[in-house]
Amino acid sequence: MKTVVLEAKNLTKVYNHTKVVDNINLQIQEGEIFGFLGPNGAGKTTTILIALGLTEPTSGEISIFGYNSTREPLKVKKITSYLPENVGFYEDLTAQENLKYITRLNGIPEKKADAKIEEVLKNVGLQDVAQVEVGKYSKGMKQRLGMAVVLVKEPKLAILDEPTTGIDPKGVEEILELIVRMSREQNITVLLSSHLLYQVQKICTKIGIISQGRIVVQGTIEEIGKNLLKEEKEDSLEIKVANKLTPTLVKSIKQIDGVVGVKKKSPDHSLEEIYIKYFRGE
Amino acid sequence: MSGIKVVFWKELADYLGSRKFLILFAIILISAISIVYILSQNIGKYSSEISKDYIFINLFTLSLGALPSFIFFVSFFGPLIGIIFGFDAINSERSKGTMSTVLSQPIYRDALINGKFLAGLATISIMLICIILIILGLELGILGIVPNLEEIWRIIIFFIASVIYIGFWMSMGILFSIIFRQTTTSALVSVMMWIFFAFFVLMISSVIADQVVPLNQNSTLEIIVKNENIKNMIMHISPVVLFQEIIIALLNPSARAFGITALIKGNNLLPTPLPLSQSLLVIWPQFVGLLALMLICFAASYIIFMRQEIRST
Repeated sequence: MKTVVLEAKNLTKVYNHTKVVDNINLQIQEGEIFGFLGPNGAGKTTTILIALGLTEPTSGEISIFGYNSTREPLKVKKITSYLPENVGFYEDLTAQENLKYITRLNGIPEKKADAKIEEVLKNVGLQDVAQVEVGKYSKGMKQRLGMAVVLVKEPKLAILDEPTTGIDPKGVEEILELIVRMSREQNITVLLSSHLLYQVQKICTKIGIISQGRIVVQGTIEEIGKNLLKEEKEDSLEIKVANKLTPTLVKSIKQIDGVVGVKKKSPDHSLEEIYIKYFRGE
Repeated sequence: MSGIKVVFWKELADYLGSRKFLILFAIILISAISIVYILSQNIGKYSSEISKDYIFINLFTLSLGALPSFIFFVSFFGPLIGIIFGFDAINSERSKGTMSTVLSQPIYRDALINGKFLAGLATISIMLICIILIILGLELGILGIVPNLEEIWRIIIFFIASVIYIGFWMSMGILFSIIFRQTTTSALVSVMMWIFFAFFVLMISSVIADQVVPLNQNSTLEIIVKNENIKNMIMHISPVVLFQEIIIALLNPSARAFGITALIKGNNLLPTPLPLSQSLLVIWPQFVGLLALMLICFAASYIIFMRQEIRST
């Protein structure tokens, strides 16, 4: 049995008589990358803020590693990193100084902090611009610095709110790769909030879908898919051929026992694949 | 507590290094030095106005023709400095998106606002100490006189009063920076409050007083005093008025009363300077009033800030 990292019980938050979060029950286990999905305004950010103790729930509770977020916010914030949706930095300070401020707020001793800062800057690929003022950074670089802020305090749980909005596909790839790496190498449990399904599918081990403040479904993608698509009984198989697809080949495939249909598909590359192929080297 | 300390040191470094602060500091320093310098050069002309026991601090209050006195500069520029420190304290953190990052670190929420407030007070203190010491040095050098012990005490209390005065404007700025999401709005409202307290309060107070107790040519002294009292009461909500009275009594030891009392009785009194303890008695109400105004502003900011929602957008 794995440790439960985050657990929400009957969580409800009411703003001006509307239920933004409506009786949410949620469980995230150690080592998972949990995709928290839902359209804008579904209640994702509110749930996250309650989890961090920055907002109080109207009823219900949420705990992280057993610490109640509302009653013991400091203990929760000590082991939890948060990357806000529109992450911002002190623009007239350098990346290194920004990180230094974070380590000081966390009470990490100076010597250890310096080494750690160097390490995470290297990790996110910003070591060459560590001494540059953040005001001069591009959006993608800022997002990577945001990941550095998440990593520098050595969290057990990282809560990432829309970590890939507003950056180019290559940047998105890098961020996603970073998330997977930190989850594997440092055993950090990740709660990833997003409305970009493609990315979530790529890296998340489990998902929860929230709509109008309610969790509609949660589990692994396969589980949910299986339940949802029960009606479709036929499995399909994709076959790649060396040269051209000849009618004889089609015919012989059709004759195999159990095959009910053969459909020709022309190779279609997504724009994303093309884009990434061309910009990989940069 | 450690959270406050970290925020404090960071904010202090930010304030002391910021361009807006350095420019204002330079302006005040240059004007203060030039006033004192010119006065010291022409001190002979003022020998009748200066009490011989307090030459040192009298130089702070003297004004030379068109040139205003040093205390005028402090009471005029003080609010500007305070507002500059306060007006974007919280809403700039919000608009930059740094607030949720900082508050998601293991610190209490009030560490942010407390740290900022204390750092502001520390910056103001450092600045005032610099200016006062430079002026003192200048006077020592030019006039060759040494301040006596009582003058030193008066200058120290003047310094404390100035810190509280500028601190009031800063906490008012912080309050507006919490209420208004836009830094431009909070800056404008702060400046408007400053203009109101510095200029309009005087007009409004006499208009209201004349409405309540109308004066005419046949008015008895009693009615005039009544009118004047109402005017005073309204005027004293203004920190500018409070501060000006404090520094007049502190730096001009012969001042013993303000307003109508000073006018009526003033001519019959001997112009002997008051000892420090008596001067303090004269300004005690103003002093407490100023401190209360600052604390009220800060307490309001604190409460509103603690209850506000933290949303990144």
